[in-house]
Amino acid sequence: MRYLWPVLLLLPLGLAHAIVEVQDVQPDEFSSPEQKLHFRALIQDLRCTVCQNQNLADSHASLARDLRRQILELMQQGKSDEQIIQHLVNRYGEFVLYKPRFEPATYVLWVAPFVALIAALSGLIVLIRRRAKVTATFSDAEKQALAKELNTPASSSTK
Amino acid sequence: MARSVIPLVIFGLLVAVLYKGLYLDPREIPSPLIGKPAPEFSLPRLNDPQAQFSKQMLLGKVTLVNAWASWCITCRDEHQLLLSLAKEGVPIYGINYKDTREDAQTYLNQLGNPYVMNGHDFTGRVGIDWGVVATPESFLVDKKGIIRYKQPGAITPEVWAKSIAPLIAKLNQEPG
Repeated sequence: MRYLWPVLLLLPLGLAHAIVEVQDVQPDEFSSPEQKLHFRALIQDLRCTVCQNQNLADSHASLARDLRRQILELMQQGKSDEQIIQHLVNRYGEFVLYKPRFEPATYVLWVAPFVALIAALSGLIVLIRRRAKVTATFSDAEKQALAKELNTPASSSTK
Repeated sequence: MARSVIPLVIFGLLVAVLYKGLYLDPREIPSPLIGKPAPEFSLPRLNDPQAQFSKQMLLGKVTLVNAWASWCITCRDEHQLLLSLAKEGVPIYGINYKDTREDAQTYLNQLGNPYVMNGHDFTGRVGIDWGVVATPESFLVDKKGIIRYKQPGAITPEVWAKSIAPLIAKLNQEPG
């Protein structure tokens, strides 16, 4: 019961998202359910150029609406995903891609996280190894004292 | 000693990068159209739906193509500058973006008309072809019809004096 409230509070969020989904393209404009899914997937990965941190699928900006319509038309003309994406890139630049292409300008972007991960992991390994190497060294007197201590019955070592 | 300096250097670099980032404008999206021919288009003219405004009309001279709308507040701010530029003889061509004919004409009647010609882009399709994100946007098109400069947002007197005017002077020297 205690956990029900948070769940109930979250419920409208899910509903809101369902309502926010693209409304301007009517369901009967798709030639098949597959096309509809395909369209949805495509606009998920394209950025709305006006409202910069939204994708085309979520945006209510009028430009986003126009672009969605144009994308649908291009799909209906039988254009491939690459052609549609290129169509937008030609106009708005690679800025519209939420998934940047792998090319010289974006090498750092793509590679940096892996480099950082490898650097961090190797740093960690070096650190662990170094710590493991620090073995205790005892002088002879200490060793004798230790041996004596260890050999004595447990009862006498505890004071 | 060196050990303690390395993190400090990394931190310093990060601060420098992030500090620079604070003053960058994320709305300044580099246009892929610069250096490319202006898109082919043909629009009904704002004052005469029977007549057309097309790319051919831009050729042979250096032109300023301005995307605007009567509902656009920043366009109003920019309008005075456009009027004075027109007076100086800069040929300004307008793409009236997603506007109604009536509203656009009222706007020009009230505020003055700096445009040589206006195309009525009611659907915004031509705007998309020019990569218009938000009005106002201005493009400098050379004699051969190639886009040489894009100003997202209003042209300010500073931008005009520093970037656009010298570029126009330079482009005017180029052979048509």
